[in-house]
Amino acid sequence: MTVEFAIFLGLSLVAVGAAIGMLVSRNAVYSVLFLVIVFLAIAVLFLLLSAAFIAMVQVAVYAGAIMILFLFVIMLLGPEYVESEPSHPWQFATALVLSFALIIQFLIVAIVLPGESGGDIGEVAQGFGSPASIGTLLFKEYLIPFEVASLLLLAAMVGAIVLTRGEHPR
Amino acid sequence: MIPGVSMTHILILSGVLFTLGALGVLIRRNSIVMFMAIELMLNAANLAFVGFARSMEALSGQVFVFFVIAVAAAEVAVGLALIVSVYRSRSSIDIDKVSDLRG
Repeated sequence: MTVEFAIFLGLSLVAVGAAIGMLVSRNAVYSVLFLVIVFLAIAVLFLLLSAAFIAMVQVAVYAGAIMILFLFVIMLLGPEYVESEPSHPWQFATALVLSFALIIQFLIVAIVLPGESGGDIGEVAQGFGSPASIGTLLFKEYLIPFEVASLLLLAAMVGAIVLTRGEHPR
Repeated sequence: MIPGVSMTHILILSGVLFTLGALGVLIRRNSIVMFMAIELMLNAANLAFVGFARSMEALSGQVFVFFVIAVAAAEVAVGLALIVSVYRSRSSIDIDKVSDLRG
């Protein structure tokens, strides 16, 4: 077992364990904290896969900004909230069966798709995934999608303000 | 070179995380936690993207992850605003209590 595989295995266990913790914890604040752990583990995996810039974006945007937004809304609405009983008694069992089917499909794809080579990951050029290389690609080949994304963020910002401003006096 | 780690391992981890996210959407009724499970599924897809970008030496995969993160940020802002708005009218964020459109 190589060092890289040991790191990969450890991060995978942390990510899967924290994801399960997120699903089973009754308090929504704990769910958020577990999800932050998942995101940080995935960020380190990105570093392992030579995606330095994406790893930093993951930490800053996902683990930072988005999760703070979640925490803020939970604090606003109250975390000590008890879930209702499921309206259908067979809901939990059905969900488990469907998830099991999904994971079987994923396993088949993961084993068949990489082909005979086993999908071994080879060498990449120096600077692969660095901010400079991503930026060059982003502003040359993907300039239009980049501008559309900025427009989308603007629309989302306006939408969030409109949805939450509440009753306005006329 | 990443000795010992192959695309199969990355795809398995990505699939397991995606399945846990889907399971979360199916079994929880707290809409905020369901929303977090959706974020988990997006991240699992991002992991597969970055893995393929690395194994095929195509940087476009990483640019796509960047766009997915941007769209996820927009989605979270609007989705949480919707949840706050639902809470204001129902005093609850339980997904089973928001079933007025049910036939």
